[in-house]
Amino acid sequence: MNALISVRDIAIRFGGVVAADGVSLDVFAGDHLAIIGPNGAGKTTFLNICTGYLKPQRGTVQFKGRDILGSSPRAITRLGIARAFQIPQLFLEQTVRENMLIAAASAARRFAPFARLADIPERGDVESLLALVDCADVADRKAGELPEGKRKLVDIALALALKPEVLLMDEPTSGVASSEKFAIMDTLVAALKERAVTAVFVEHDMEMVSRYANRVAVWSAGTISRQGPPAEILNDPEVVRTVIGG
Amino acid sequence: MATHSSLRRTALAVAALAAIAYPLVTGSSGSFLTIVWAKALPVLGIILLLQAGQVSFGHAMFFAVGAYTIGFIGRAMAGGDLALLLPAAALASLLAGLVIGVFVVRYRYIFFGMLNLAFSMVLFSMLDKFIHITGGSDGLRIARPAVLGAAMERSDYETVLYYVSLAILALALYGGARFLDSPLGHALKAIKSNETRVEYLGISARLVLLVAYVASAVLAGVGGALVGAVQGIATPDYAYWVRSGEFVFVAILGGTGHVAGALAGAFVYEFIRSAAAAYVGDTWQMTLGIVLLAVILFAPRGIVGMAAELWGRITSASARHGAASPEAAPDAASARDARPLRIVGGGR
Repeated sequence: MNALISVRDIAIRFGGVVAADGVSLDVFAGDHLAIIGPNGAGKTTFLNICTGYLKPQRGTVQFKGRDILGSSPRAITRLGIARAFQIPQLFLEQTVRENMLIAAASAARRFAPFARLADIPERGDVESLLALVDCADVADRKAGELPEGKRKLVDIALALALKPEVLLMDEPTSGVASSEKFAIMDTLVAALKERAVTAVFVEHDMEMVSRYANRVAVWSAGTISRQGPPAEILNDPEVVRTVIGG
Repeated sequence: MATHSSLRRTALAVAALAAIAYPLVTGSSGSFLTIVWAKALPVLGIILLLQAGQVSFGHAMFFAVGAYTIGFIGRAMAGGDLALLLPAAALASLLAGLVIGVFVVRYRYIFFGMLNLAFSMVLFSMLDKFIHITGGSDGLRIARPAVLGAAMERSDYETVLYYVSLAILALALYGGARFLDSPLGHALKAIKSNETRVEYLGISARLVLLVAYVASAVLAGVGGALVGAVQGIATPDYAYWVRSGEFVFVAILGGTGHVAGALAGAFVYEFIRSAAAAYVGDTWQMTLGIVLLAVILFAPRGIVGMAAELWGRITSASARHGAASPEAAPDAASARDARPLRIVGGGR
């Protein structure tokens, strides 16, 4: 089975901190891969490398067999890898709907200089996505006025509006009320499956991992120490001791 | 009850009719309003760039490119024709905007502003020193051109310039508003908020900014050509940094959140300058400085922002008043529609 994203032997350090040292990891089509590990282990660095924000000092990164190392985040997004951020990255002075429409216009490459953003044919998809992440009621509010949890959901919806093949998410429901996060993740994961979007998510909440991941990779001390199905990994005594705690 | 949008349309129509009727009623176009229409163009260009959070302190260079272009062509063609000169000025400033823009859109904030200033001062020096080509500090005389092949008397020519400037400004304001409401315009505003996310949406922030930069250069170039045509001369001062600062000043005065700020700012600026020069002599700069201080302190969204706020208060007060009377209850929905003027972007 060919990997969608194939990372081989990457190494990156920040001064004396080793974020990755010889990491290899494959992401297959249809995967819902959770990356877990202690704080500061290098999980977000992995996402940064896969999306072109950071360049490792060693190693290769391929997307569908094409070398993407050195490509810009913009070019990688265009290839079909979208990203949602740990700290939501929105256009705070624009409304939630405008945020979404900009993403949808970009995905459809609609940049005629005098066409109205609000009239693009993808506006129906935008409304569906906002409903999906339970943000339809705040569509006309400025993104900067939203509470953190809502911003997080809009950030994910923004990435989905790009119609990606792979969605990389960094702690997708941190900041979301615990009473809502499972309902939202149920809907989100169902939507990802329906749209055949492969997902990689960095996560600290093991309940989320056990519910929504089909594979787990444990990032520890700059390496992937274990990977496999959630039932196996989350019950591994070493993982329990070093990552989960207990 | 008239809706907000119908009131706005009526106000716009009245203002347009007044502008069109002015020379017919007074019998003279003068040059004051023509200069206002023309200067509002580079200010509109500055407002476009400000949507992305970038301030150019060098846009006078494109103003000068436009003015000198019609000067050079006019000199070579015994005056030339206005129908040829203005498109030529637009083309020259477009090319200059493209060449300089490719370089400066790589930079942001103070570096963007200062690089524009540096380019404009290089042009200023060239215009000042290459006396045998440009006329040096004496400037380049711009002969009165023909208009569609017809030679004109001074008063007729001024009237034509008035209407041409007004038509170009109206087109530019409409086009500017449409542009800012387009996906490209929204992407431009997004650069100000979060350029990293813009790139993560697959959009080239540099390319978006370059489009706006070239558009702003063309606006400044055409504005310079019109002012040159009105004044009959182009001098190196057209490219001087004070002129660039003036465009930024007028943009802040008028309000950077809406394209109408260009017109409001240019009108008030020229009015204060003329009145202050007439009544307080050499201290007109001080008067303008005090006005700008007052705007920044008390109306940071500029004249248009202040007007929108006042309008919002009036309409919401009348809506409350209407809702209080039982017979007005059926109009409650239209009262809710009476929102303040929509302001594009942040405006500060």
